[in-house]
Amino acid sequence: MTTDHAVDIDKQVRIYITVFVALLGLTIVTVAVSRYHLPVHLAVTVALIVASIKGSLVACYFMHLISERKLIYAVLGLTAVFFVVLLALPVITHSDGFWIH
Amino acid sequence: MEIPYTVELRRDTGLNNGKIGIWLFLASEVMLFGALFASYILIRTGAPTWPRGDTILNVPMATFNTLVLISSSVTMVMAWASLMRRRFSTYRMYMGATILLGGVFLVVKYFEYSHKFETGLLPSSNNFLALYFTLTGLHMLHVLGGMVVNAYFWGPGAKLYKTNPEWFTNRVEYSGLFWHFVDLVWIFLFPTLYLL
Repeated sequence: MTTDHAVDIDKQVRIYITVFVALLGLTIVTVAVSRYHLPVHLAVTVALIVASIKGSLVACYFMHLISERKLIYAVLGLTAVFFVVLLALPVITHSDGFWIH
Repeated sequence: MEIPYTVELRRDTGLNNGKIGIWLFLASEVMLFGALFASYILIRTGAPTWPRGDTILNVPMATFNTLVLISSSVTMVMAWASLMRRRFSTYRMYMGATILLGGVFLVVKYFEYSHKFETGLLPSSNNFLALYFTLTGLHMLHVLGGMVVNAYFWGPGAKLYKTNPEWFTNRVEYSGLFWHFVDLVWIFLFPTLYLL
């Protein structure tokens, strides 16, 4: 193992600890916000924003997506498209008639 | 015959076969949980009334479990970092902690489930509980699966480190990717079921 490589891993470990602290903080924020009993739409928005930030931190740093190869991004991009369609379908079909009148 | 591209990168993808394999698997997992989340949205928006999760479920227990799972993600990534530094005993310590934290998560979940069953709150009671047990049950199976794989790499599977440390490090990385994915799913499950 080269010295550069060791320094690189040490730097990564510091990032992992920072992300860990951020995740703990955001979990507390999630629970604290829920105690305010916000209107449903606002509560869902806030919860999803905080969860998305937490999820992004896990994906980018723990799963190393921040420095991954293009093929992995392509696979995940395609997955994201299908995922959004999957989530949108029930919403669209249930609300006032995109397909259902 | 030796398995190709376990350590060296393929020219066409720039990746090991294991790396692309685990990401394709995780893509299929995203769709599996996506289908369940879509069902949740459909059932919830179609219901005339919907209970707040915190009126039925135990939020402090779930918050504790969230912290446990986040901690286990950190120990998992530290296990991989230890292998990158070629510190095998440190790896074992972190991997052991990851398995232990997974166990703590399941024990807490056991108490949560037991309490629900004792008070007559079953999957058949209402749509909310049906979704709660389906989503958390499937997630628990994933935690259990991850623990089995991690236990293998902590125990018998660790023999590979002596003969081929790079390959072993890659295997632990793939196992870690699955574990982080399980953590990621919980990050969305927790507010969806318990807090909204």
